[in-house]
Amino acid sequence: MTKMVTKGIGAPMPRESARRLVEGRGRYVDDITLPGMLHIAFVRSPFAHGRILGIDTADALELPGVVAVIDGKELAEICAPFDTNPPGVPHHASAPQPALVIEESCYQGQAVIAVIAESRALAEDAAELVFVDWEELPAACSIEEAQSVDAAPVLSEFDNNLTLHHRFGAEDVSEAFENAAHVVEANFGFGRQTGVTLEPRGIIAHWDPRSEELDVWQSHQVPWQMREVYAMQLGLPSQSIRVTTPDVGGAFGLKLHAYADELAAVAVSKRLGRPVKYIVDRLESFTSDAHAREAKATCRMAVDPEGHILGIDAVVDSGFGAYAMHPRGSFGEAMQAAQMIGAPYKVGAFRAEVRGWRQNKAPSGAYRGVGQPIACAITEDMIDLAARAVGIDPAEMRSINYRSTLDEGTRATQSGLVIEELSLDACLDKLMEAMDYKNLRAKQAALRKKGIYRGIGLASFVELTGVGAGLYGPLGLPLAANEACRLTLQPDGSLTCATSVTDQGQGTLSAIGQLIAGEFDVAPSMVRMISGDTGRIPYGGGAWASRGMALGGEAAMQACVRMRDGLFEVAAGILQCEPNALAFENGEVIGPKGLSGLTLAEIGALCHYRPYDIPTGQVPPMTIEESFVPLNLPYIASNGVHAVHLEIDSELGTVELLDYWVVDDCGTVVNPLLVDEQLRGGIVQGIGAALYEECVYSEDGQFTNGTLADYVVPMASEMPDIHVGHIITPTRASGLGAKGVGEAGTVGAPAALRTAISDALSPLAARVVKQPFTTHRILEAAMAAENAK
Amino acid sequence: MSEDAIRFTLNGRDVSVPATTRGHLGDLLRHQFGETGTHIGCEHGVCGACNVVMDGVVVRSCLTLAVQVSGAEIETIEHVGNDRDVAALQDAFMARNAFQCGYCTPGMIMSARELLAGNAAPRREEIRDAISGNLCRCTGYQAIVEAISDAAETLRETAND
Repeated sequence: MTKMVTKGIGAPMPRESARRLVEGRGRYVDDITLPGMLHIAFVRSPFAHGRILGIDTADALELPGVVAVIDGKELAEICAPFDTNPPGVPHHASAPQPALVIEESCYQGQAVIAVIAESRALAEDAAELVFVDWEELPAACSIEEAQSVDAAPVLSEFDNNLTLHHRFGAEDVSEAFENAAHVVEANFGFGRQTGVTLEPRGIIAHWDPRSEELDVWQSHQVPWQMREVYAMQLGLPSQSIRVTTPDVGGAFGLKLHAYADELAAVAVSKRLGRPVKYIVDRLESFTSDAHAREAKATCRMAVDPEGHILGIDAVVDSGFGAYAMHPRGSFGEAMQAAQMIGAPYKVGAFRAEVRGWRQNKAPSGAYRGVGQPIACAITEDMIDLAARAVGIDPAEMRSINYRSTLDEGTRATQSGLVIEELSLDACLDKLMEAMDYKNLRAKQAALRKKGIYRGIGLASFVELTGVGAGLYGPLGLPLAANEACRLTLQPDGSLTCATSVTDQGQGTLSAIGQLIAGEFDVAPSMVRMISGDTGRIPYGGGAWASRGMALGGEAAMQACVRMRDGLFEVAAGILQCEPNALAFENGEVIGPKGLSGLTLAEIGALCHYRPYDIPTGQVPPMTIEESFVPLNLPYIASNGVHAVHLEIDSELGTVELLDYWVVDDCGTVVNPLLVDEQLRGGIVQGIGAALYEECVYSEDGQFTNGTLADYVVPMASEMPDIHVGHIITPTRASGLGAKGVGEAGTVGAPAALRTAISDALSPLAARVVKQPFTTHRILEAAMAAENAK
Repeated sequence: MSEDAIRFTLNGRDVSVPATTRGHLGDLLRHQFGETGTHIGCEHGVCGACNVVMDGVVVRSCLTLAVQVSGAEIETIEHVGNDRDVAALQDAFMARNAFQCGYCTPGMIMSARELLAGNAAPRREEIRDAISGNLCRCTGYQAIVEAISDAAETLRETAND
């Protein structure tokens, strides 16, 4: 039994600074009210594709309490459209996206007219009085429609709907397939999803015409990015803008983007010179938040007689929606969905083609995992199909093909992935033991004889975490590569850490505070964390791609080391010893003779108030700023293996989750209490993806399930207990050794459920193709297999 | 539009407010009284983030019209911390880190408190059922189940203190 760590790195410490949240004292955007604040409601496009012939706002303007009604043309006078075409992405084409529709709308729910009133209710009343004369245009909504030869163009400035076309790996892999003992081939479908943050998006913008300063409070992950976006779109100096992200009620990538309606809110404040609030309601959230995952794919895998993979050949078609999401684009999901296929394995020859399609649907963007859940699901299903063809156990099939590190002398995999080191063998071993795999398989076989269909699904994953400069820099996107920490020793001996990392519930701030407290051996309450405010924090990213601890934690660690070195110089002068003979214990310097009386408070007072008492006469910097991004790696690869045990009622098509295990390697674990539930939360979102969640559009592009009663997300009663284990391989990219963990659950869970469901249905020779695996789709698969007999 | 005043008890205090017939209780609490611990999530009665206690029963404040609370006693998260059960739940939620973004937590605690009021030793499945009307999008629910179970145990152990 290892000794329980009680402080610093590795301690399962509760987030004391988050106590206010359990007491109802959070401060989310909608909890903030400014004097003289106005409210916006938007008139949104009722059609998938339409043209505005005329607008009549007279009735709306007559309603008492209505301050202004602003259309796209008027707003365009002060606000440029988003241009989302990163120079580094080949063959990428997205139309300029105005804050409000100017003439042509291209998805249902697109914001058309801003109605500004004294209250939201009044604004909504007035919005109903705005008359827009529409001409409905032909639309292309599904991927199939978008790619058909006679497809209607999603936007009339294009003559087709292809917006991205790229290939990873070799041009031709036919040789690997010609020489294979077995070739398996399968189709895949992935329903469109959305992140469903419980707190919807929201923004308050206040342009003060007196100071010519713009203050923005926004439920968002990346305040610095948003400062640059507003500066660019409104033609303002960056430094005149301050963006604050207060408490954020869940983000999951959805709040990483710049949305046209939020830009419109900021522009309206600039236009009116008044503070303006806009909170997205749930229906607007469903129809206008970033969507994700919509894809279809085919994949072939060639294997030798023992089950070693000889080659992979895949085509992925991804549904982008009407515009590329600003500023990071919509290509990330498609690219990662193709590039990450086979990532955990030595795959031999590799070819993956990816195409992105414009559709008359809401733009797609980053959602937890970004393409990796698709790649993982394709890979793991193919592994199972190949294992069945070869006649070996799926666990063995994985084990004999795992990649542990890159082949010697190579910089990247054939698909271009740069992977430092993987620990999948160790993860799988630990997982097999935790779930008692052999026994479970024996039980499964016995139950099958009784007509009980249980499935065991395995999913190995590689998760690209700490994604930084290596991705966005070459693409030409102005996004901060580093995460930064500005550490200050206050005169009272407490510490302030202003970090560029933001926290939407992950607990990263608490964990960074815990790490800093550990370095000085003080209580976490002695470290004040400041985040999410461009007026108070150093420049840096914020939160995406599981960077918080991997990059922001390392920056904090480096700041602590430099701060400590300076303080030890002071103490060494007083104690007449070498600085390297010193250490901190309970916030006090321990010298060669033990306790020195030099507490952080004493040193703080010395440096700030009585510098003349310092023997060296040198006051070390009381504020240290460090920032970090790994220089030689585009990202840090973490990995792990998931397993699920489930039972299918083959008459009803229902799935009961019996048990779930994951063994994850995210390197150094700073706080296991946070990390374990972060994994579980990600897994539950992945279960939602696999079983329930889908944005269902009608053929003519109407969103049909825009309430939380209709778009089903996982609730407590259907979720299993999830057993979490760890293998710890610290990354060599940093001193701290932490890799990211935010997406590990969501990347692997849909694959584990897919393989488990197909495993359960294997006696019926049925296989599920399209996610989510609703009761309807499971029954359909079972009946199709029955009919084929 | 009716502008009649409605009177009710909010967190032990008698209050009076002009109520329009269209508003719901959630907006009334947030906009008129600044009680922002009650959160609006789905506006459809599904997610439970807006749960408050009305005459001793947990209700969805987004499905309760403001005028319906006339004469009622309403309790919100900001003022239930003195309640022994709620304090135990809040401590257990802290200890287990049974929340992440915190947006669902006030509503979740209201549901958990109602469960414990009627069942001092709930089994895990009973806890999962009791909170199945509360959406948490961040956690895997497991920490929440454990926190509620822990709180129940603490309350049983300290029942005679």
